[in-house]
Amino acid sequence: MRAFWGSQLEFFLVTLLNSLSYGLLLFMLSSGLTLIFSMMGVLNFAHASFYMLGAYFAYQTGAYIGFWPALFIAPILVGILGAVTERYGLRTVHKFGHVAELLFTFGLAYVIEEVVHLVWGRAPVDYRVPESLDFTLFTLFTTQYPAYRAFMMLISVGMLISLFLLLTRTRVGMVVQASLTHPDMVEALGHNVPRVFMMVFAGGCALAGLAGVLGGNMFITEPGMAFAVGSIVFVVVVFGGMGSLAGAFVASLIIGTLQTFSVALDFSMLGVLGAIGISVSEDSNWYGLWSITISQTAPVLPYLLMVLMLIVRPRGLMGTRES
Amino acid sequence: MTPVFHKTRLIFWSVVAIFFVMLPFGFSGGFALSMLSQMGIAIIFALSYNMLLGQTGLLSFGHAVYFGLGAFMTAHVINWVGEDRIWWPITFMPLVGGLTGMLFGLVLGFVTTRRAGTPFAMISLGIAEMVAASALMFTTFFGGEGGIATDRTAGGTMFGISYGPQIQVFYLIAGWCLVGMIGMFAVTQTPLGRMANAVRDNPERAKFVGYNPTRVRWLMMTLAGFFAGMAGALATINYEIVTAETLGLVASGNVVLMAFIGGIGHFWGPIVGAVFVTWLQSALSTYTQAWLLYFGLLFLIIILFSPGGMANLVTLHKPAWHARLMKRLLPSYALAAATGALMLTGFVAVIELLYSHGGSGDMVSLFGLRVDAGSAVTWVAAVGLFVVGIVLFRWALKYVRRAWEEITPQLQSSGVV
Amino acid sequence: MSAATTNAAEKALVSLSLKDVHKSFGRTEIINGVSLDIADGERHAVIGPNGAGKSTLFNLVSGRFPVSSGRIELRGEDITNLEPHVINRKGLSRSFQITNIFPRMTVYENVRCAVLWSLGYKYSFWHRVGGLRDAAQRTEEIVELIGMQERRERLAGVLTYAEQRALEIGVTIATGADVILLDEPTAGMSHSETDEAVELIRKVTAGKTLIMVEHDMGVVFNLADRISVLVYGEVIATGTPAQIRGNKAVQEAYLGTEQD
Repeated sequence: MRAFWGSQLEFFLVTLLNSLSYGLLLFMLSSGLTLIFSMMGVLNFAHASFYMLGAYFAYQTGAYIGFWPALFIAPILVGILGAVTERYGLRTVHKFGHVAELLFTFGLAYVIEEVVHLVWGRAPVDYRVPESLDFTLFTLFTTQYPAYRAFMMLISVGMLISLFLLLTRTRVGMVVQASLTHPDMVEALGHNVPRVFMMVFAGGCALAGLAGVLGGNMFITEPGMAFAVGSIVFVVVVFGGMGSLAGAFVASLIIGTLQTFSVALDFSMLGVLGAIGISVSEDSNWYGLWSITISQTAPVLPYLLMVLMLIVRPRGLMGTRES
Repeated sequence: MTPVFHKTRLIFWSVVAIFFVMLPFGFSGGFALSMLSQMGIAIIFALSYNMLLGQTGLLSFGHAVYFGLGAFMTAHVINWVGEDRIWWPITFMPLVGGLTGMLFGLVLGFVTTRRAGTPFAMISLGIAEMVAASALMFTTFFGGEGGIATDRTAGGTMFGISYGPQIQVFYLIAGWCLVGMIGMFAVTQTPLGRMANAVRDNPERAKFVGYNPTRVRWLMMTLAGFFAGMAGALATINYEIVTAETLGLVASGNVVLMAFIGGIGHFWGPIVGAVFVTWLQSALSTYTQAWLLYFGLLFLIIILFSPGGMANLVTLHKPAWHARLMKRLLPSYALAAATGALMLTGFVAVIELLYSHGGSGDMVSLFGLRVDAGSAVTWVAAVGLFVVGIVLFRWALKYVRRAWEEITPQLQSSGVV
Repeated sequence: MSAATTNAAEKALVSLSLKDVHKSFGRTEIINGVSLDIADGERHAVIGPNGAGKSTLFNLVSGRFPVSSGRIELRGEDITNLEPHVINRKGLSRSFQITNIFPRMTVYENVRCAVLWSLGYKYSFWHRVGGLRDAAQRTEEIVELIGMQERRERLAGVLTYAEQRALEIGVTIATGADVILLDEPTAGMSHSETDEAVELIRKVTAGKTLIMVEHDMGVVFNLADRISVLVYGEVIATGTPAQIRGNKAVQEAYLGTEQD
């Protein structure tokens, strides 16, 4: 019995740690998306594509000069690409309105995925955790906790703190922050210069790139990764409330936890019913429904949560602006 | 003036109908026929999408949900017909798909249309993801990875029509395509259709003339769901299989591209887009692996330089055409086309060479030529062609601009602008 | 006389009634207890310095913003905090200070959109809009009334400023409402344009109740039967143009500061 509870505790703690590192990674993505959206009113559909590029750039540069320089170079490269995108793409379509901007980033996501196919092929690339971080940090009961996961959290938290300091302690940060709550005022003060836009866009993309560098080797680096993570990040942003950084943070952790736990839980209603002494015949029409495990529902849960949120509170967890 | 209007429209639709009837005579052969069938389905789907984007200003990234659910329901109903559990003619299956799409439009639309603009776009995407993920969960209805197969001849032969031969399926699609086109055009001419435009342009003002914008959006969503489901039903009959991909995000994205490339500002735009994109997909995909890239770039170019799509290029030239000034534009257009072709050739050559991942001695087929992808000469030629093409094309564009500047005063004075 | 015993005939004499209406944004109180009765068929102007809360008052009455407290009645019926489209259907229509029309639709279509609900077509997708005789007739009348027959097929977005202002008024009255709120109808117009606009307003609001916010005193004293002066969210005076002209408090608080 004690062994049973021990293993449950172990499962719980390990999954919680994994949730935290995944949630922080989500926040790195959603914070950039939120900043760009709040400043420019543009929902960057290609945001997850920049995340993917971060992973691929890190893989490529890492192959020549190692992981550590790549950790810095890849996000910078992605940031530069973001700046170019803003300067020569978004700024051109800006006059056609937000729908055109959104469609532009949508088309860009399409093109980036194809370019990745073109350059790195369709199969996953061998982007690995660096050897210097490929060891067990500690052992929890029987689970060996990888050092890289802890490193991911460290970088995420470091990023979080620098972002906070940047936003609250620097002039540029003030402008950006003010535009979250009072976009009209900032505009009226003459701060709404294209350069700030370009910088915010580049910065947001660089954050996504950094998330890619960290997430790419933790999970998998393949052309489908942008698609897989992109819509989750959208859910996070809608759930947290569009334009709210705090909302994005809380939502990242909630969605991260939800996803990590639901994937790991192998219960089904059938099992629950069985435990309380009800059995469902395999011939029953509902057998299929009862036998769905929680882990099978995992892909649906975040979206379900978002829909529920929209019904109960259309502006999201901490959103202030209606549209 | 109203009756005259009516008559010309009647003539117009009759001409379209005759055109549809004649099509298989012009494009015979299995490939052409199946492509025409695909185009018919795409036209209905793209038009139904534009009821949202073009007419109501709702940028949806999840329209394939309604198409797909209509398709799945139809597959089941056809199978039930095959098992003699119910009776319903195959000819009217699109109504089954349509009603399914409408029902889901009503239910899901209630959630999505509470917001407009960018939040709507995101929510539509989220709902689409939810449905797509559910599709893999509820295997009884969606058939899991394999999807649901069906047999379109299940209804037996009626008046000599079994829907076995593709030609019969084509005429079924063409008939419903015509019905769909007329139906959707008719919606634009109703109070709801007009108020959808009003809500698109200025939702706040729509409130102050007595309309609830949320209700207008919801109703348009429901109607668009109907026509999307109708298209889905036709797809089921055409392919005899429906998989979860049918309602996935790629399919939803595809219809965005079709509508936008064709032009969302005109009723006819998505039709042009559906035909063009369907053709492009099957034509390009047989020649090159990079077709999705070309496709994406085409989309970006249209957004950057002609956000009204292909239809807008036509309307742009209407005044010049009426003022008989087209001949003044054509020489510069010819120049731009020639240099543009050069640039495009160079670009395609570069991309194809990149895609080949060629080492030395790897032969790549480029425009019918066998070239060595590993040789520097090939690369220099391709890149050179591209760069020279860019320079020349930009030079040619100057003439286009000048030609327009020259005719603009005349257009204004002739009063057509 | 208590409210309960007020007879129906007397009630009908009051078109719009505001009872101790308050509105604050955060801690800032913009409207600070406004009470106002506007009689049926009256032409009433609301004047006051910038920032007095005139536009906010309109936004409260038309349902654009919710009130913080108080009550608004339209012909005796409570319309406080109803949705704008519901208030509109009850017969109150408003124009906007910043032109607020349907830019990608023609002049004719702009007006027709405003006509549809009141004629009972609602969300119909079974009527052909071109075949609606009554809608066409009403639309024609209004297009003629605002003098835009020659512009009827133009897109609203490309009209001149004065034309857009006229269309704004046209769309406002086309809903068939008998209580009309006009928010600075002559703002930004030249003298001759203003004169034309005044004539237009007089013509289109004949037999209706008109409440307008206006800065041009010429327009106000020319058009209004009664005037209310709003200063810092409070009505400091209500009366005929002559009464207002002679009112000390008004001269101090308002006219005094703007006199040239």
